[in-house]
Amino acid sequence: MVELVTEHDVERGKDVMRSQIDAKISAYFSSCVHCGLCAEACLFYTETGDPRYTPIYKLEPMRRLWAREKTFWGKLGARLGALKDVTEEDFARWQEIVYDSCTMCGRCSMVCPVGMDITYMLRKQREAFAASGYAPEGLQDATRRALETGSPMGVTLRTLQAQIKHVEQATGLRVPMDEQGADYMVLLSSMEVVNFPEYIESLVRIFDAAGVSWTISSNAFEATNSGIQIGSSKVAAELVRRVVDTAESLGVKYVISPECGHAYVALRWEGPNLIGRSYQFQVIHIVELLDQLRAEGRLKTEGLSEQRLTFHDPCQLVRRGGVVEQPRNLLNMLAPNFVEMDDHGVMNWCCGGGGGVSAIEGADELRLKAFNRKKRQLQELGISTMVTACANCRIVLEEGLEANEMEVEVVGLTDLLAEHLARDKD
Amino acid sequence: MFLDFVEGPFWYTAVVIFVVGVALRLVDIFRHGKQEDLASVQGSAAAGALRTIVTRSWTAPGFTRGAAFHLVAGYMFHIGLFVVIFFAAPHVAFIEERILGFGWTPAPHWLFILAAILAFAGLLLAWLRRVMHPVMRQISTFDDHAAAILTFVVMFTGCMALFQSHDSLRAIHMLSVEILMIYFPFSRLMHAFTFLISRGYTGAAMARKGVNT
Repeated sequence: MVELVTEHDVERGKDVMRSQIDAKISAYFSSCVHCGLCAEACLFYTETGDPRYTPIYKLEPMRRLWAREKTFWGKLGARLGALKDVTEEDFARWQEIVYDSCTMCGRCSMVCPVGMDITYMLRKQREAFAASGYAPEGLQDATRRALETGSPMGVTLRTLQAQIKHVEQATGLRVPMDEQGADYMVLLSSMEVVNFPEYIESLVRIFDAAGVSWTISSNAFEATNSGIQIGSSKVAAELVRRVVDTAESLGVKYVISPECGHAYVALRWEGPNLIGRSYQFQVIHIVELLDQLRAEGRLKTEGLSEQRLTFHDPCQLVRRGGVVEQPRNLLNMLAPNFVEMDDHGVMNWCCGGGGGVSAIEGADELRLKAFNRKKRQLQELGISTMVTACANCRIVLEEGLEANEMEVEVVGLTDLLAEHLARDKD
Repeated sequence: MFLDFVEGPFWYTAVVIFVVGVALRLVDIFRHGKQEDLASVQGSAAAGALRTIVTRSWTAPGFTRGAAFHLVAGYMFHIGLFVVIFFAAPHVAFIEERILGFGWTPAPHWLFILAAILAFAGLLLAWLRRVMHPVMRQISTFDDHAAAILTFVVMFTGCMALFQSHDSLRAIHMLSVEILMIYFPFSRLMHAFTFLISRGYTGAAMARKGVNT
């Protein structure tokens, strides 16, 4: 099994950093004119005014390594001692900047005038920090648990089975486990199993109503991927491989990513590249599937959510995942008073807790400061219900609302849909 | 004598270093290679690359307020500089005589003056922001200042050469241009070429996921 690096080893970190510099990163660093525009797109900068949180500055260790080893002036500067090497102090200092103050939300990548994908670069730089042992304890613990138990929160099959039993009792419907040849294999996030089990109940009701053939595997039911967050491709590949092997052995046509942003990116977009091959099945996000069922007329709903509500776009699902219109199609079907935030869709602001930030205890204060952006967005709309499609966003938003004593209910999109399912299937 | 040198051997030296240097930098970028994307795609990478090359010339939806300064100063400088480089009468004549063998109608004098003012104002505004704004101070390097100062010197000596028709001023302008050309491939000025690659890579990657940037 893949092992997580916890001992500090700067040389290994630098080796990994060096290996991450591909044509894209080389083009990006060559193009950057240090205009600082990315700062205006980052909620950690806009909400604190601290220039250390400027996205391009978060990449300073990698930029310096690139400059020293790949550019004429950098090489000359290095020889003359004018451009210092990346040191242990740099790794230690930047650890907070690289992890605590970046949710890898990708907003900076949308505004860079020379087109740099800063988020891609930061994801690569995290590889070096993880490999050198300079990663936050909270993320290391979550990653270790994911490798050992399959879940970053330590959720076991027994926990899931207990929740499933409750769901079956509440719905009178059976949850199909390990069914060979089902069309869809459902994945869940630990957050859903522990904090939002109503999501499982919603799935059961919706799939029953729409006649979907599905199953949950007792071998691989966890969708989240701590390897992506901490920045370890080895760990990420191991976690993806467990899902892929299981799905292919069950012979399913699709694997459904749950309401979790980074889990979708991990399996849908990074997964094939991590394991070095394409899959024998397709990955679909639950919101994509629900919209597909809607378009096919397989979702019969009744009653409408009359309250004024808005949608918080999970960054990894929308901006980095491409699932932009589907949640809006569903909301327009369910809620005539659905209103958009001022910045919405691919330009919405992050909840502040993605990219592993919510797993870092020491980042709580900063995360709550960053939440002020979402607070203002909600205050501008004056709504009392916010729908989202990511369990991590949901818990982070709820914590932010609680800390700010705001009376806004956060609802999962799948749950909202399940609430409005027509009781009479015909 | 000095004019002969800067218009002769030193000019050719600068041209060779510029052309070869830029080519080597571009080759070096691609030499790093990148992993093939094995994920099944949602949209055309080529179309996405082309779209982003165009669309990043203005700000993202809803981001205009945050980018107002960059937008104004950036466009002032770049448009002004473009007009000055390619449409100032002495430059058109130089391009015709020394580089291409053909020319085009130069900008009228008033347009040249306007373009020069815009370029100077844009450059100065951007540089002042660089030295005054905390974010800019944090991220700026020697190269950022060197490129800005060199560009300013080239523009300033160009104006002097235009207004004072004197060989020595023309020679100083030529010299500053040649120093800039030699500096160019080793500096951040390379963004004049690499921004196309950079925007293209990001546009292609995002389009594959079905995101328009």
